[in-house]
Amino acid sequence: MFLLVIPLVLFLFIEFTGIHRKKNLYITFYMENMDLEKLRFGTELIKRGFAKMQKGGVIMDVTNAEQAKIAEEAGAVAVMALHKVPADIRASGGVARMADPKKIEEIMDAVTIPVMAKCRIGHIIEARALEALGVDMVDESEVLTPADIFFHINKKKFIVPFVCGARSLGEACRRIWEGAAMIRTKGEAGTGNVVEAVKHMHLMNFAIEKVKKMDDTELNEVAVSYALPYKRLAESVSKEGIKLKDDDFIYEEYTFEDIVKGLYEVLQEVKKMGRLPVVNFAAGGIATPADAAFMMYLGADGVFVGSGIFKSSNHPEYARAIVEATENWRDASIVAEASKGLGEAMKGQEIEKLAEQLQTRGL
Amino acid sequence: MKIAVIAAQGDVEEHVVAANKALRKLGIEGKAFATIDKEEVAESDAIILPGGESTTISKLIHKSSVAEEIKKAAREGKPVMGTCAGSILLAKHGDEEVRKTKTKLLELMDIWVKRNAFGRQRESFQIRLDIKGIGEFEAVFIRAPAILKVSSNVDVLAKLDDYVVACQQDNILALSFHPELTDDTRIHEYFIKMAK
Repeated sequence: MFLLVIPLVLFLFIEFTGIHRKKNLYITFYMENMDLEKLRFGTELIKRGFAKMQKGGVIMDVTNAEQAKIAEEAGAVAVMALHKVPADIRASGGVARMADPKKIEEIMDAVTIPVMAKCRIGHIIEARALEALGVDMVDESEVLTPADIFFHINKKKFIVPFVCGARSLGEACRRIWEGAAMIRTKGEAGTGNVVEAVKHMHLMNFAIEKVKKMDDTELNEVAVSYALPYKRLAESVSKEGIKLKDDDFIYEEYTFEDIVKGLYEVLQEVKKMGRLPVVNFAAGGIATPADAAFMMYLGADGVFVGSGIFKSSNHPEYARAIVEATENWRDASIVAEASKGLGEAMKGQEIEKLAEQLQTRGL
Repeated sequence: MKIAVIAAQGDVEEHVVAANKALRKLGIEGKAFATIDKEEVAESDAIILPGGESTTISKLIHKSSVAEEIKKAAREGKPVMGTCAGSILLAKHGDEEVRKTKTKLLELMDIWVKRNAFGRQRESFQIRLDIKGIGEFEAVFIRAPAILKVSSNVDVLAKLDDYVVACQQDNILALSFHPELTDDTRIHEYFIKMAK
């Protein structure tokens, strides 16, 4: 009898505590033995705080452990673990999805800096899977094929912080209201062409300048206009004859009025701070040290470099040069020095000649 | 009073804002500013090393040789504060992760640090912490390091379980958490008073 019970109890203990699934036993027990009531995880402060620690830095796309180590060695503040860099995603076509978790884990094991990974727009389950893997930030990214044409993920419900792309202040405010801890310009990923990232940064800066001078009534009008994309699902349904009411939940547990109120609050923060209330990085087409420095000049808090590094001819040198130019963007002589003799940059593409613009995904 | 916040990488601006607020509260004339310029650092009365990625910050301060100025200022007795990544750089002894990434430390404090001691971002937390000389303080730990061991000449200011998370060695202050992320400026005030 006992011979049967002991293994069973042991099995139940292991299964319920889940310790066989946790990587670091010491940390697990350590955290569980501390007074959990006093510890608070995944608060807005912690999520936005994580993003702030990345400021002034370069986050690099990597597809394997070796590239991740090159990035860390070069001084990257974090790496984005991917199956393919955007240039290859663009070239291969088809549906682009979350990377293989095994690959992501390999990269997590290879470096000591934070590891981020991408999920498809709206794909709550891919995001939950990445959170369960322990990635440090999830990029709900237009570079992958969107999974939901109506909505982005309600990121407030996660412990892991999110970064999202935006082309305008409206997109940025919507993502921040949904809980994004970091915004990045969408640019046009995988092109090696900085023109779209520059455009998005200008659009945001100009809009912020206008918002700074607005009174409450004007801010509210902007909030109403920014909230309209959340109505698309409800409006599609109403076209078939189903009448809408004001107190309908149109996105998760929010009515249109709740969303307007939320966006109004985000806009008030923008007005007060004279900038986005979360960290704002540049991304999408940054290929050279000078590109990175240019984005910093335009007001970016840091840069994502996707295909730029591992599609160049000299990976470690290129990585180091982009880090240096980003930190020292004010000093033209350092940017010039960092750009010397790097070999060939990635081959770029003109935006007009693209078959598809990834930036149009996700409003 | 001039407070230089080392602007290599990380949450520099947050420290500038917090330190300026603390100066105003104390009624001390002066200003905190972001800089990576050697001369500006040399001329300052106190230095703050912000949070960020220690691997990145270390590379940049050594490349621009501002690291030497920080060391010199510390030896002259000027107050130096490091938060999170900054506290790692202040240590004489790093852990396996510091060695593996060949991170050069400033070696100013007789402490043994461990990077990412509490785990990854999902294990990041905030907690009310009791800090010697300050009192209860809302401390934000983000992929935080911890101090495993200190020499007898180091004053422990706060502990979390067995880990030291705040300590002081003469004019140098190391914190595993981020006082610059909250509105509470008491730690920055404490730091400014160290300069007298």
